[in-house]
Amino acid sequence: MNLEIPKKFKPVINNARQVALNTFRPISRKYDRAEHQRPKELDMVASVLDGFNEGDPANSAGASQTGKGKVQEDGGVKNGANMMTCLGALEFCYGDTGFLLAMPRQGLGNAAIAAVATDEQLERFKGKWAAMAITEPGAGSDSAAIRTTAKEDGDHYVLNGEKIYVTSGERADCVVVWASLDPKLGRAAIKSFVVEWGTPGMELARLEKKLGIRASDTAAINFSDCRVPKENLLGNPEVDTKGFGGVMETFDNTRPLVACFALGVAKASLERTRELLSEAIEYDYGKPVDNASAAEAELYRMEAEWEAAYWLAMKAAWMADNKQSNSVEASISKAKAGRVGNYVTLKCVELAGSIGYTEDELLEKWARDSKILDIFEGTQQIQKLIIARRVLGLTSKELK
Amino acid sequence: MAKDAIGFALSALNRLAGSSMLDRLGMRHTAERLAYRLTKGGFQVITTSARAFKSNNPSDKPQRLDAPGHTTGLFDLGITDEQQMIRDSVRGFATEVLRENAEQSDAEQRTSDDVQSQARELGLNFFAVPEALGGAAAERSTVTSMLVAEELARGDMGQAVAVLAPMGVANALTRWGSAVQQDKYLAAFAGEDAPLATIAVCEPCPLFDPMTLRTTATRDGDDWLLSGEKSLVPLAAEAELFLVAAETGDGPAVFIVEGGSDGLSAGDDPAMGIRASGQRPLLLNKVRVPAANRLGDDDFNYREFIDLGTLAWCALAIGTAQAVLDYVVPYCNERKAFGEPISHRQAVAFMVADIAIELDAMRMLTYRAVCRAEQGKPFQRETHLARTLVKDKAMQIGTDGVQLLGGHGFTHEYPVERWYRDLRAIGVVFGGLHL
Repeated sequence: MNLEIPKKFKPVINNARQVALNTFRPISRKYDRAEHQRPKELDMVASVLDGFNEGDPANSAGASQTGKGKVQEDGGVKNGANMMTCLGALEFCYGDTGFLLAMPRQGLGNAAIAAVATDEQLERFKGKWAAMAITEPGAGSDSAAIRTTAKEDGDHYVLNGEKIYVTSGERADCVVVWASLDPKLGRAAIKSFVVEWGTPGMELARLEKKLGIRASDTAAINFSDCRVPKENLLGNPEVDTKGFGGVMETFDNTRPLVACFALGVAKASLERTRELLSEAIEYDYGKPVDNASAAEAELYRMEAEWEAAYWLAMKAAWMADNKQSNSVEASISKAKAGRVGNYVTLKCVELAGSIGYTEDELLEKWARDSKILDIFEGTQQIQKLIIARRVLGLTSKELK
Repeated sequence: MAKDAIGFALSALNRLAGSSMLDRLGMRHTAERLAYRLTKGGFQVITTSARAFKSNNPSDKPQRLDAPGHTTGLFDLGITDEQQMIRDSVRGFATEVLRENAEQSDAEQRTSDDVQSQARELGLNFFAVPEALGGAAAERSTVTSMLVAEELARGDMGQAVAVLAPMGVANALTRWGSAVQQDKYLAAFAGEDAPLATIAVCEPCPLFDPMTLRTTATRDGDDWLLSGEKSLVPLAAEAELFLVAAETGDGPAVFIVEGGSDGLSAGDDPAMGIRASGQRPLLLNKVRVPAANRLGDDDFNYREFIDLGTLAWCALAIGTAQAVLDYVVPYCNERKAFGEPISHRQAVAFMVADIAIELDAMRMLTYRAVCRAEQGKPFQRETHLARTLVKDKAMQIGTDGVQLLGGHGFTHEYPVERWYRDLRAIGVVFGGLHL
């Protein structure tokens, strides 16, 4: 047993931290105020990431590299792509969560394509920025209730429906859309389709104005009789429940990743608050926490909660790297990091007082950004449902 | 039984208690406190006299264990085959023996001789004593000790403390003892008739900090004189050997004190939980200890000595919290209300999910600190964070365990009330154990 981050990840962590501090932080406030303005500065970073991903996967860290990676099958323990991507993402979000989400060609759609596309599709969509469209006005966490339809018509599928909360939906080159071949058949009929911008019938409805992560655009997109070539369907066109299960399994890789987003923003808040309070508090890990002042004790508690969430995320990512089933651990890491990230960033604003609440510091921004991380990729409550069902051995019919 | 001095005093006090004179004079509280102190003193027992520990043939330098060679620098939550084997056998013992005896040991406030001897048969002490001194330890095994503590507590925390206390003394002697101390005291732990032993750190004062001790060690010629009161000392009346923390005037130090020493006695002050540990106050009245019995040479680190105890308590909390989770899952699935199992309600199910989440959180922080300790890396910060988190989460799990069982949980018919009482110890105790 060894709970240390291996040396080989140090360059990834360091590179990402350099980007966070030198590229993200200086423009963080600018794009928080200028919502919907595309952060041009990210193009350069994205090119660098592309270069990393092409040339040196072992030392790169994108937002969409989970589940991949060339890990040797020698029977030994693996520290691979899942851990590395988590560690890189944490540092990026330590810089700015909105920018990580807005990073060109690093969308969730790219992750979906990477996970299930055929070689022909991989080649065709190479270099394209793909967003992901799952949520609908009437279907959030309940993705099986999707109402957008895809009707077979000759060489095409015809899409009709309304998608919301599509991260970078407008800026991306294409959108991976979840739609049902037949809503009466439930989950088994849900498939994903790559729809490129410019396809007739695909229309931007609006860009949301949000509480936080304003640098990352969130689009609502309408599809009306939108004809998508059949070869743009990802995965198996047959109606079967296995396909949906496969989609759900990708969450086992992405939940620890989103946990690390929350850990990144919380780390920024905690570190800055410790700096601001350093004149008032002499940090001492020698005395019992109950013997410290209320503010000091609060900082230790936050640090402890943060560390616990951090190692839970590492555990879930490590299990994925070692091909161990990690559904419960992935949900545990997401639930813990989601609530800890939100708790820490809000508490830091409180401890810093008006300095923390006003825009001269970034603490208030981080406290707004963190909220979404306890919501998307499965809310706190969805994670608890998943965990409880597994621990109690109950079906989704028994524990609704 | 004939009335003895205490009996007479008690009857006198009882008559006094009924008298309205006390209230008129405003003396009731003083009198009650006096009554308590009288009886508390009166129930003092002498400690168990130690065998004749003999120094045979001390080597030039103490036996120290190195960090294990099986880690590779990669993050790895796996355990070795040997650790798995030990874990399995301890789990069997905890399930079949400790859990079965838990209620009775709690009531009797001691772990039975039978349980202690069965625990010894597991051979845990051997893994705490270096090979050169007759044990089986070839390398440092802090992680293994932690896994053992966790599994024992999954059976019963109180008895786990009683079983682990002697092993903790052996661990501490292995880690810190001088060559002479190891030769004289440590070898016995690998023998047929291993001594019961314990560690006394905690003191009866609010906001106790193990770095600030009221128990004093004063130099007197070639000896030290120890005076003060220790609290929550496991096996205090049974142990033949004590490691006692005391302030020397030049910082805290730890002394090896043999049971039966003049001026050493065990008091009586039953606690909310961990009752099976046989914990009692340990009273030291100018107990004379030879200078050679001050633990360790130059490499003694009091902070780490304390932290390795704290981490043992964290491991016990994890095991006990796991016992709570193991218990509430079938209970909530079987207990019906409004026509269906209560586990089908999110209010109940989410509580169970939170137990699972925080239990794993406690594990990760404790494992992290213990791994660093085993590898010889600094682990003070990690221990501090582990304790800070574990004491809160463990108690939350303890109280949620009772809550999930409702009124049933409040009675002795079910074990959750005991786990509730036991888990409160984590935020209170220092010392007693040593990984």
